[in-house]
Formats: sequence, structure tokens, C-alpha cells
Amino acid sequence: MAKRIEAVNVSAYYGSFRAIDNITMAIEPKSVTALIGPSGCGKSTFLRSINRMHEVLPGAKVGGQLLIDGQNIYDRDIDVTAVRRMIGMVFQRPNPFPTMSIYENVVAGLRLNGVRKKSLLDAACEKALRGANLWNEVKDRLNRPGAGLSGGQQQRLCIARTIAVEPQVVLMDEPCSALDPISTLAIEDLIAELKNEYTIVIVTHNMQQAARVSDRTGFFSIDKTGEPGRLIEYDDTAKIFTNPSVKRTEDYITGRFG
Amino acid sequence: MSAEVVSHAVGARSSLKTRRLPKWTPAGVAGAAVVIALLAVYLPGAGGPVLTGIAAALIFLIGLTVLSAAVENGRAARNRLATSLVYAAFVLALAPLLSVAYTLLVKGSDRMSLYFLQVSMNNVSAFDNEGGAYHAIIGTLEQAGIATLITVPLGVLGAIYIVEYGRGRLSMLIRFFVDVMTGIPSIVAGLFILAFWVLIVSPYFNNGRPQYSGFAAALALSVLMLPTVVRSTEEMLRLVPGALREGAYALGIPKWRTILRIVLPTAAPGIVTGVMLAVARACGETAPVILVAFGNPAINFNPFSGGQESLSLFVYDQAGAASKYAPGRAWAAALTLVVLVLALTVAAKLLARRNKLGR
Ligand SMILES: Nc1ncnc2c1ncn2[C@@H]1O[C@H](COP(=O)(O)OP(=O)(O)OP(=O)(O)O)[C@@H](O)[C@H]1O
Ligand SMILES: [Mg+2]
Repeated sequence: MAKRIEAVNVSAYYGSFRAIDNITMAIEPKSVTALIGPSGCGKSTFLRSINRMHEVLPGAKVGGQLLIDGQNIYDRDIDVTAVRRMIGMVFQRPNPFPTMSIYENVVAGLRLNGVRKKSLLDAACEKALRGANLWNEVKDRLNRPGAGLSGGQQQRLCIARTIAVEPQVVLMDEPCSALDPISTLAIEDLIAELKNEYTIVIVTHNMQQAARVSDRTGFFSIDKTGEPGRLIEYDDTAKIFTNPSVKRTEDYITGRFG
Repeated sequence: MSAEVVSHAVGARSSLKTRRLPKWTPAGVAGAAVVIALLAVYLPGAGGPVLTGIAAALIFLIGLTVLSAAVENGRAARNRLATSLVYAAFVLALAPLLSVAYTLLVKGSDRMSLYFLQVSMNNVSAFDNEGGAYHAIIGTLEQAGIATLITVPLGVLGAIYIVEYGRGRLSMLIRFFVDVMTGIPSIVAGLFILAFWVLIVSPYFNNGRPQYSGFAAALALSVLMLPTVVRSTEEMLRLVPGALREGAYALGIPKWRTILRIVLPTAAPGIVTGVMLAVARACGETAPVILVAFGNPAINFNPFSGGQESLSLFVYDQAGAASKYAPGRAWAAALTLVVLVLALTVAAKLLARRNKLGR
């Protein structure tokens, strides 16, 4: 099920500004990969170019190749919506659809892609909510608005919504940055479980989190503002956090950033 | 540096407490102001209630500010002055509205009755106190209804194009012309439809003779409603957070479905408000209706053929008619029009709310 991702010389632009430059990295299926680095170094940009969300912004372009199981998703004859269904994304701020109930939020991806059958939707809803560790909290109020949940619950709702369409890769952009420690822990546990089925890429500013949840870690950085972000080091998480081979990685991880 | 030195440097007061006027002061000053104003205006016989109101307001403003400056401090006095001015502006803005509503209710209810709502003006002479607005209600509902049916799809789709798809020249051009259209006087819209529809197009459907009709009025009203609908929908669509669109795209939902099922429902209450503003304006328009629907004292259900009345046109007719019974009918029709628009607005809001989830 889970797919292997291979970025080959990926660059991304906002208009004429190059935000990331020549990123090359391979992400193994059924693993958790963490992306860390200082603010503005292009982690989100890179993440968004993995499921073709980058080009949603006006003037934004991507260069290079992004291979999912060997298939370049930037080929001309690729169906963008199919790519995004295969590669789900969870955003930094929870963004449940405000006009929809919890149930409708979870099945939105299925329903708006043409699935009508009530029994199918019901089953998918329960499975996704259980998968996101939210079922027990909301099973009695599936018809209440999704926006009425707490921040942590909303974020898990968004995760449920993402896994309900059964993607093969899940991208998460700082999914815990707006959450309290307990919700964060719940989501980290969830990531550990999701790993059995999905390939996961997570951007985080929290080193402990990266160390706890990921198998491999990529460190991004920029030389100075206005320069594009680059992948400085990419290795097993244990190695990055104990014995990095690049001095800049070590400086960043130990807090001597500059 | 001791704490005392710091507090002296900051403001000479070490306490957070300050002297405050009692809570009932504004009410007391207001009462006193009214009494003083009454005495000052009516004793010398200088004027009536309006002058009294103005005098009372001024005395209240000055009195409260001076009192506050004396007892409290300068900042509190300025705060009280500003607060009072805001309230005064609110009352001033509300006064004409209440006055209109009151006059309308009092004068309109004289002639208002079920009978009035059920008969037309067919065969009613200047010496009869019969007749009603049924034909005009039919006309207003049909004309505004058709205009809404034309405008809402066009306007909402136009706004969707501008916000979601339009990049560059074309969308800028459209926005510019929508702005220009907003400023079109209604009589010009009426003339346009008269020249274009009534005189050129309608003869093809009527054995070569021009045809006045309610539909022509609806077309003219559409010209007036369209820019309002486009602009208000546009503003509402822009208020929908981009994060919602991205959330939908990330689920593999195509753009058009995202707009239809996520963006539009989120913006719906605001769009409905904008549409109702446009409908209210259309219901009140008289000039284009005179030009292209011509008016008709009898009931005409068919909007496509023959003259048709509308409520605003009926008000205009009756207000100028040479009959001592006409003014009563004009007021009653005006009241009917306002109540109709109010009812439509409330109904539309309830409808828009029903889709949203109960909280
Ligand atoms: N919409 C945009 N338009 C123009 N430039 C942008 C846009 N979004 C991001 N950038 C620029 O691209 C660069 C990379 O931004 P990105 O959001 O990928 O950083 P990041 O690593 O995710 O930072 P953070 O950790 O703060 O989220 C930054 O220099 C940023 O200013
Ligand atoms: Mg980011």
C-alpha cells in the first residue's frame, strides 16, 4: 500500500523567488520521516510540492522530478486530484469545514469524490475516526459541527478526514504546533500506529518530537535570507541526533544556531 | 531604585484607584438636561420638541464632560465625551428610520385591510373608496422574482469567476465594469430596456408591435441588481479562508466541487444578505417600471404580455391621483411594500440559516 517517494533535484519557486533548491532525497514506504530546520528554510514548501499543493498559489512553480513508486507526479499527463487523493495532507492549523458536521467532515473526501452509499460512508467514518483516536470522544455526537471540537480534537478530525480517503502517503506540516502536550502525545501515538500502513512525512520544530516519532530526519537550512533553502543532511534519526556528520546540523540541534 | 521613585516617575500616584462618578451619573445628568432644556425652550416659547431635543443633547454632553473633568480626571472626561458622542450618533442615525416606520404604520394602517390586499383598481373611479393593491402585489412579486432568477445565477457565477478563476486583465476589466454598473441611475436602466427590449426585441414576439410587459421591468431591475449581487458575493467569497480550499484540495476534491460544496455553503449567509439587499432595492424602483411595464389598474398575471403594475408604481400613481381616497391607498401600499420586503428578507435569512448546523 504505502509508497516510496523520491525527490530528484526538486526546486520550488514563488514567482521569481526560489524557495528551495535541488532537493534530492528518498523516503522509504511505511516509515516516518521528519523534516527539521530554521524558520523560512523551505520545509513547508518542500512538503507541499510532494502532493502538488505548492502550485495552488498564484505564480508558484516546481522544477525537478518527484517520483512516487517511480512515477513522476509532475508529468504532463498526471491527474492532480488523483495525486492528492494518494498523498494526503494535514495542516498546521486544524481546518475542519465549518458548514459540516463531524460525520460530514470525515467523509467529505469520499462523498465529494462520488461515493454515495450510506453503508460505505458509515463504515469509512468509523474506521477513520478510530484510526485517528477520536471515535470514543465523538461517537455520540457525529451530527454536531466539526468546528465545535477542541483544537486537539479538530486536528485529529482533520487526520481522520485525511486517512478516510485511504491515501498511501500522509504529509503533516507541524500538526502539533497549536496543541497542548496531551493532544500532542495523542497525535504522536497516532503517528506511530499510522506508520504500519502509511508513509509519513512530518515537519516539526520540536526536536524531541522528531527524535521520538521518526525513523529518518532531514535537516534543511538557508545560508541567509533571500537564499533558497537546501537539504543539509539526511540520515537515520538516531544518527542525526547523536552523531551528525555535518557541523551545521550539530549546531542547530544543540541550539548553537547561526 | 526604590519602588517609590519609580511610581513618582510614572505618574505621581502609587495607587491604582481613582475617583469615579457614581454609576447613575449619566442618567441623572440626562434627566437634568431634559428638564433644563424644557424650561429654556418652552418658557419663552422659543420652539418645539426638536429644539428641546437638540438643547438637551448639548447640555448633556457639556454637563457630563465638565462634571467628569471636575470630579474624575481629564482622561475620564474625554472618554465620557467620546462615549456620549457615539451614542448620540447612533440615536441620530436611528431617528429618521423610526420616524419613517412610525409614520408608515400610522398612515398605512388606515386603509390597510384584507380587502385592500385582495382587489385591484379595475373600474375604480375617483369617487370610490374601493380598490386595492392585489394587482400591484402580483406585479412586484413577479417582476422581482424573475429579476432574482436572472440575477442570482449570473451574479454568483460572475463573482466566482472573479474570485476563484480570474487572473489578470479580464477579471480586472469585469470588476471595473461591475463598479461602473453600480452607479447606473435606474431611469437609465429603464431607458436601456425600453430601447433594446421593448422597442427592438419584443415586436418579434408580438406581430411587429412593441409590447410593454412585467418581464421587461424584470430585465431592467436585473440590470440594477446585478452589480450589487456580484460585489457582495465577491466580498463574501474572499472572506472564506484559503485554508478551507486547501483542505479540500488536499483530499483530492476537484476545484469546481470545492467551490460548489465547501466555499459557497460557507459564504451562503452573506451571499443571501447581499441578494436580499438587491431585491429590496429592486422592489422599491419605480422609474424603470413606469417606462417598460407601463402600469395597469387591472390584474395581469402574465409577465410576458401587456402592462403590469408594481407596488412602488402604485404608490407613485396614487400619491399623485386626483381623488381624496388616493393618498390612503398610497400609504397602505407603501406599508405593504415594506412589510413584503421585510418578510422576504426574514424568510431568506431563515432559509440560509437552516442549512447551517445548529450550535
Ligand atoms: N506564499 C508565499 N509567497 C512568497 N514567498 C513565500 C510564500 N510562502 C513562503 N514563502 C517564502 O519561501 C521560503 C520558505 O518558506 P516555508 O514556508 O517553506 O518555510 P518553512 O521552513 O516552512 O518555515 P516555518 O518553519 O516558519 O514554517 C521563505 O523565505 C518564505 O518567505
Ligand atoms: Mg512551515
